[in-house]
Amino acid sequence: MTAHAPLLQLSGLTKAYPGVVANDDVSFDIGPGQIHALLGENGAGKSTLVKMIYGLVKPDKGEMRLRGQAYAPGQPSDARKSGIAMVFQHFSLFDALDVAENVALGMENPPPLRDLATRIRDVSEAYGLPLDPARLVGELSAGERQRVEIIRCLLQDPKLLIMDEPTSVLTPQEVDILFRTLRKLSDEGTAILYISHKLEEIRSLCSEATILRGGKKVATCDPREKSARELAELMVGQLLTPPERPERPFGDVVLQVDGLSLASNNPFGTSLKDINFALRAGEVLGIAGVAGNGQDELLLVLSGELASPSDRVRLLGQPVGHLGPNGRRELGLVAAPEERLGHAAAPDMSLTENAYLSGAHRKGLAKNGFIDWAKTRAFAESVIARFDVRTPGPHVVARALSGGNLQKFVIGREIEQNPAVIIVNQPTWGVDASAAATIRQALLDLAGQGAGVVVISQDLDELLEVADSFAALNEGRLTPPRPAKGLTVDEIGLMMGGAHGMHAAEGTAQ
Amino acid sequence: MIRLEKRLAPSKRAQYLNPFLAVLLTMIAGGLMFAALGKDPIAAIRLIFFDPIFSQQFGSFSRPQLLIKSAPLILIAVGLAIGFRAGIWNIGAEGQYIIGALCGAGVALAFYPVEGWYIFPLMVIAGALGGFLWAMIPAILKTRFNTNEILVSLLLVYVAERLLAAMALGAMRNPDIAGFPGSRDLRRYESAHNADLIAGTGMHWGVVAAIIAVIFAYVMMTRHSLGYQVQLAGQAPRAARFAGVSPARLVVICLGISGVLAGLAGMFEVSGPSGQVRIDFASGYGFTAIIVAFLGRLNPIGIVLAGLLLGLTYIGGELSQMMLQLPGAAIQVFQGMLLFFLLALDFQTNYRLRFTKGARA
Repeated sequence: MTAHAPLLQLSGLTKAYPGVVANDDVSFDIGPGQIHALLGENGAGKSTLVKMIYGLVKPDKGEMRLRGQAYAPGQPSDARKSGIAMVFQHFSLFDALDVAENVALGMENPPPLRDLATRIRDVSEAYGLPLDPARLVGELSAGERQRVEIIRCLLQDPKLLIMDEPTSVLTPQEVDILFRTLRKLSDEGTAILYISHKLEEIRSLCSEATILRGGKKVATCDPREKSARELAELMVGQLLTPPERPERPFGDVVLQVDGLSLASNNPFGTSLKDINFALRAGEVLGIAGVAGNGQDELLLVLSGELASPSDRVRLLGQPVGHLGPNGRRELGLVAAPEERLGHAAAPDMSLTENAYLSGAHRKGLAKNGFIDWAKTRAFAESVIARFDVRTPGPHVVARALSGGNLQKFVIGREIEQNPAVIIVNQPTWGVDASAAATIRQALLDLAGQGAGVVVISQDLDELLEVADSFAALNEGRLTPPRPAKGLTVDEIGLMMGGAHGMHAAEGTAQ
Repeated sequence: MIRLEKRLAPSKRAQYLNPFLAVLLTMIAGGLMFAALGKDPIAAIRLIFFDPIFSQQFGSFSRPQLLIKSAPLILIAVGLAIGFRAGIWNIGAEGQYIIGALCGAGVALAFYPVEGWYIFPLMVIAGALGGFLWAMIPAILKTRFNTNEILVSLLLVYVAERLLAAMALGAMRNPDIAGFPGSRDLRRYESAHNADLIAGTGMHWGVVAAIIAVIFAYVMMTRHSLGYQVQLAGQAPRAARFAGVSPARLVVICLGISGVLAGLAGMFEVSGPSGQVRIDFASGYGFTAIIVAFLGRLNPIGIVLAGLLLGLTYIGGELSQMMLQLPGAAIQVFQGMLLFFLLALDFQTNYRLRFTKGARA
């Protein structure tokens, strides 16, 4: 493959934002038909780099050459005309429109909808991406939505397809389908720039990888010749130690959920159906699932933001389904929702004020309704110190913290309250590797002290690292928990519902 | 194409500077308006902002007026600001003010001519309760049926005005003076009269209530968990639910507080400066208080300053009507301009206008 002239050459690309150099003199080549990985931690500069290629951001310095010609896209439509397409991590789709309408909205000159539907069917068949053009996007799973985005790109017949963390929303079976498609595209000569931090995937899919750290290129290598650990250490720039988990016996049941159902009040939300599980003291229950299968609703109904019949949820033997968040906090259940800004923390309030947000009851931060600000500030400072939150002080507003630092703060705020049960949703989403390790270790330590821990996550590696038992959410149903030891990725994938939407699409493919 | 873009970090300084800029711009635009009406703009501005306090000729009359006009504005605005902080928009303080006055006057007229120390406190309670109940209508409709409190509270102002007219011409009309609309003059009924505490200063019980309300609001917003919940609900509603704040409870509390304070303002007004339940009793304090709340940056201390300024425009307006024969509506336009400029300035600190070419990104 390297014998060919490169498709896209990047040389000396530099982009600085106030206070940070996002990309510093980055150069590498992508050959035609090559599947090229772009690896790096959050904040390493991957997004900025692809935004420059896609015409969303102009480089300060350096140049790009496409098939030997100078290439400087002023906007994404220029990039698309030159044969470069991109699938974003966050989809830009309208729930209330059907697949064909959504695809048409993203095209420069869409053909009539009837022709488009035929073309969508043809492309989806040709590349093994089953999709019915007449279905409403609101009814699709995350994996199917991604197919809409990919097909939208493929209809433009791209020479280079950029994919930003495409597998974060997929089950292992869906990942297989996607990889087959990508390999087929590669065989036909379409180059793929594949952004990810999942190392095993990259080792199985990509023939070349460029690793960024702190905006600089660290290495370009063949990922198949490196171990996952070697790649990770190149990415992080330091040696990694896996979290320690002391062997420990489980105690009594601390949280019990029986036959819990909850209708979603949002038309495109997920209703919970007959959830059952028991969590013992000292146990870490990992709940996997692709986004949008009821994770948010499960967290809300466990934390107390949504009420349920009182005996459906029992905390330390007491029925608590009817209690609100503060009633449950007093009994020892704390939670950390997925969305940091706006849900777990108020963006424009200081860390001290945010410490009060969920800590008021268990830490006794108010007397007769009057807030003890000195005590609250001391609580915030103890969270900052123990969890190594990088910030000038507790007076800083939450919005000013980086995602990883704020995540350490909101998880730390709950852990510092010595709960009997803690529920976390996506505890390390968008957090760099060392911060993620800190958070996971803290959760394991808490379990070691006898707390029950529920970790809801879409990151299977994370769950396998911390969980004692394992369950999966699929369309609002929870599989019975199984011991995590000895589970294979295939089994987990089947628990997560296998490949969504394959059945429906087989019908339309005829 | 013109596009609006939210600024990442709106300037904190602009937040405090904007009220002063708005006053300045209003003076300029108002001056132009007065010039267009054929009056000397400098003289008019002077008459409105300067003469009520500093002039030899009018000062002795208008200085006490400043407290009389500002007290109800501050009292109402303090309550409104608490709700506005939580994102609960009570636009109908004028209605709660009227009902508070009617309830307070109703108690007084029911006791007439009995004298007793207990009558005035009963009137205070009745006024507060009247305003509270009137504010509970939008509160309950919102929590039960999810109606919009802006519309309901605003429309209830017009219901209250009808009720005021009906009372002034019917049930509360003074039976001793046949033919004239309006109730007995409470200023002549000693037990019900909200007189100056220090004669000739304009310092009546309403001023005391306003001072207490400001201190109460300040302590609540900075020290008490209720004030914290109010701010949290206004800034980040989902975080508020996570913190265990019940949105329905907050709606009732915020509308309740502003209703009580507006009702009190109406009661102190009808038993003192106005004295009578008359058709023209409602003078727009409830609406002007919205301007006061925003101009004071929803901050109790700021509201005191803004209330004094707007009180000044009321007096100055009357003076300019007398001295320059300016139309009475001109001063309302003037107050409206103040809010308009303030909102425009706030908008441009929070957003930036971008002119882009027609091309699609």
